[in-house]
Amino acid sequence: MSANTSSGDQPNGRRRKVVITGISGRLGKIVARRLHHDLDWQIVGLDRRPMQGRPKDIEHHQVDLRSKKARDIFRAGDVDALIHLGVMHDPRSRPAELYSWNITGTTKLLEYCQAYRVPKVVLVSSANVYGPRPDNPQFLTEEAPLLAAQRFPQMRDLVEIDHLVSTFLWRAQQVETVILRPVHIVGPVHNAPSNYLRIQRPPILLGFDPMVQLIHVQDVAEAIALALAPNRRGIYNLVGPGEVPLSAVLKELGREPVAIPHPFARPILSLAFRLGMSSFPVAELDFIRYVCMVDGRRATAELGFRPQFGLRDTIHAVDELA
Amino acid sequence: MGLLDRLRQLRGPVPNDDLAGRTQALVVRGNEFGFDEFGLSRESFGGVARVARWLYRNYFRASAFGIEHIPATGRALFVSNHSGQLPFDGLVIASASFLEPPQPRLVRSMVEYFVPTVPFASYLFSRWGQITGTPENCRRLLASEEIVLVFPEGARGISKPFSKRYQLAEFGKGFMRLALEMQAPIVPIAVIGAEEQAPAVNFKPLARLLGMPAFPVVPYPPFVPLVPLPVKYRVYFGEPMTFTGDPDDDEDVLDDKVKTVKNRIQSMIHLGLREREHIFW
Repeated sequence: MSANTSSGDQPNGRRRKVVITGISGRLGKIVARRLHHDLDWQIVGLDRRPMQGRPKDIEHHQVDLRSKKARDIFRAGDVDALIHLGVMHDPRSRPAELYSWNITGTTKLLEYCQAYRVPKVVLVSSANVYGPRPDNPQFLTEEAPLLAAQRFPQMRDLVEIDHLVSTFLWRAQQVETVILRPVHIVGPVHNAPSNYLRIQRPPILLGFDPMVQLIHVQDVAEAIALALAPNRRGIYNLVGPGEVPLSAVLKELGREPVAIPHPFARPILSLAFRLGMSSFPVAELDFIRYVCMVDGRRATAELGFRPQFGLRDTIHAVDELA
Repeated sequence: MGLLDRLRQLRGPVPNDDLAGRTQALVVRGNEFGFDEFGLSRESFGGVARVARWLYRNYFRASAFGIEHIPATGRALFVSNHSGQLPFDGLVIASASFLEPPQPRLVRSMVEYFVPTVPFASYLFSRWGQITGTPENCRRLLASEEIVLVFPEGARGISKPFSKRYQLAEFGKGFMRLALEMQAPIVPIAVIGAEEQAPAVNFKPLARLLGMPAFPVVPYPPFVPLVPLPVKYRVYFGEPMTFTGDPDDDEDVLDDKVKTVKNRIQSMIHLGLREREHIFW
């Protein structure tokens, strides 16, 4: 355990209480375990889904973020922190429903935090909000514009949530707000980059091999723990152990990539998506075509964040899924 | 000396460069997979260095002057004239910096924004150490004590017609801001020979139609500049220039400094042209 992470124990004997949205997902469970087991926080889960394998002393509310029941969790005024992981990006759901869930849900949460004096809000956004673009500098800083939605409408919700919370960061001065923008999270999780890297014969684009950054899910959980410490506020990119070409990652995992000329890749992938053979929206092709890497020096300097997993361990973490 | 003797001389011996040793001596900040943060790999660089060396030594039979002005260590901004329709001037400057000085240096040139959209070029350029031309990238490399090559004339320079040869086009000011901000010495460079590698006229109507800055036409097949003529290159490295001041100064304050560099390069070009005996040898 790093010395900077925040323990849930307080001098008066009361354990600090953190509400985690999206706790039923793999990342949610890993974060909950880290805070609960190692740092002794009192955990309250908030998710539409049931939480499987829940320890008895973790409180779980299976409610919609937009419902009145969600407000009741905050009403007592004893919540010390909110960790917002509950961004939904199921490519198969109706966009309108997703939009309402994500935007309205986040707006409500921020309202509760301000009304019931929650001192700390942590949003886990993503470095993908900057968007993969041919004219990107090699390393984007936190000040770069969030352009992902321009070419990638499915990213609109994530970009807008990031904007909502950034505005909140400046508006609600009494709340310490932290936005974390991790690079591709890999490990025993079900997200697009991990799923892609688990394919034995993944499609790649002929003549393209961008540099990529990966971060181990445990390192993300560690960064969240760091962000919970007092006097930390701001926007931070989270970078893993380094940069490698996509081809080197696939080689390390022993995959046999199939190169597709990029003019054909879009129609092929869009057909596969409609037939239900692929879960990757077409616009995600840009992530295996252009660079979308970030500069993580601010998180190192101000949060004291350093990834514990090396490059090889991080890459192989995608195969840890039982 | 007759033409035949000249031709025989062209096929004469070329220095036996220790390519493997030089590649090994390059400073590459690579990770455990052998890539640096910009995607450079020593292995890929070693491969392309063989091609670059052949072009530099055998095809263009380049001569380099002022090698002692290439810093052995530390950051520097290489500023050069840009000409000849095809960017072989960049290749010659980079090859000279790699092959000629006792300590080989890697020169990072800034490629156009469209390059990352072109298959193969997109990643090969980055494996060879070339970078997308954003100011952030330039700053980061200078901060890591690397050499960055800029052509302040940009497209205006490389696409200018034969009739304007060896006349510098307008200089952009971005390089001066970077040099001041990063406190990087500027090494002025004059390249002689590139202007004649593809003597072109600008076919203006087509350029306007296609929305390109220029549409160059050359008087030999295939009539668009794809293959350079085997001209002899001469590359002059000038004494490093250091500037001090506020990078956010007014345009006219910066302008004076930019003009100092431009004048230096122009006089180096004049000197190079005086010393040159022939375009092809």
